[in-house]
Amino acid sequence: MPHTVRIEDTGVSYACAPRESLLEGLHRLGLRGIPVGCRGGGCGVCKIEVLAGEFHTRAMSRDHVSDDDVAHQRLLACRVYPSSDLSLKVIGKLQTKVCTPLAIR
Amino acid sequence: MAMTGVLRPGHAQVRVLDLEESVRFYRDVLGLVETGRDATGRVYFKCWDERDHSSYVIRQADSAGLDFFGWRVLDTATLDKLDADLQAYGIKTERIPAGEMLETGERVRFTLPSGHVMELYAEKSKVGNGIPLVNPAPWSKARDHGIAPIRLDHALLYGPNVAEVQKIFTEVLGFYLVERVLTPDGNGNAAIWLSCGQKVHDIAFAEYPEPGKLHHCSFLMESWDQVLRAGDIMSMNTVAVDIGPTRHGVTRGCTIYAWDPSGNRFETFFGGHLPYPDYETMTWTFDNFGQGLDYPQRKLHETFLSVVS
Ligand code: FES
Ligand SMILES: [Fe+2]
Repeated sequence: MPHTVRIEDTGVSYACAPRESLLEGLHRLGLRGIPVGCRGGGCGVCKIEVLAGEFHTRAMSRDHVSDDDVAHQRLLACRVYPSSDLSLKVIGKLQTKVCTPLAIR
Repeated sequence: MAMTGVLRPGHAQVRVLDLEESVRFYRDVLGLVETGRDATGRVYFKCWDERDHSSYVIRQADSAGLDFFGWRVLDTATLDKLDADLQAYGIKTERIPAGEMLETGERVRFTLPSGHVMELYAEKSKVGNGIPLVNPAPWSKARDHGIAPIRLDHALLYGPNVAEVQKIFTEVLGFYLVERVLTPDGNGNAAIWLSCGQKVHDIAFAEYPEPGKLHHCSFLMESWDQVLRAGDIMSMNTVAVDIGPTRHGVTRGCTIYAWDPSGNRFETFFGGHLPYPDYETMTWTFDNFGQGLDYPQRKLHETFLSVVS
């Protein structure tokens, strides 16, 4: 059953199945300009911070995720899978895309 | 013999986040031939039609990207000469002993001002392509396993100081500049395509603030039809595809860009024009970069400029 993922920055929510990465769900929302990069945890363009909720992860590049990032759940969305309803904040390259109104992008 | 010095791209060593997942990808989806594993855990591959032991090596690590890119040179005398030439030019070199990589002779290693580690070597065991040298068939059944490219063709690397990198390749290593894209102000090169033979490129570089980045390693296909078949196999295996199938304006090559399971981009490539060293360089202005990248769509895809490993 899909979980509900809420983007705290914008209040927008989307459905995301446990075997789907948070980035796949975000991409399906169809917000223009979501930086969907490698989808393999290697390029670092899809960084988010999980604020609440359970999740599991697959290996992601530590070039883009420091120990401090891990401690604060700042992770790469393409390698994070929801195990419960979640709320997240978009950071880095993703933030300008998700949080900027279309008109001024 | 017309071809001396640096002969061809020889090997790339790439970092992956999950070794066995990556082995399955490179062996069964890309269709490379696994040729060995060493004591450090590295896995060696070659394309089916390559004759040398290995051209693509993967290593498990906690980041993606390129460890080094190696060049096959004519012979050991050439290796010694290029080593001396690099040092005379002011580049520090290091010798990696024979056998450090499986079935590979001594390597001369140096770091480019772009942050990329390059190697030269003269010896790698010839294991053949599975086809006899006497009365050879045109292909073996290995051609049908996965995407099955025929060779490691080139790489595109992102990093700083591309003008200095160009001088090293053209003034020391015997390459020539086939094509380039100018910076927006027109005063420098944003990207360069270099050849050491008659291929349209053996390596390319693009100016980028972070050093040592991998944009893609490229694998050669035999036809446009085989590039389309590669796209079918990517979709059947839900491989993350970036751009294509399409044709580059730069090089005229047909292409698909996609990512391996760790986010290292690779390319399935076919064609390209055939330059000679006396040909004049072809130049693209920055406002035509979109056509250079994707000629039919005339589109400078954002991921091309910003997604690297
Ligand atoms: S898209 Fe490349 S790390 Fe997520
Ligand atoms: Fe390429």
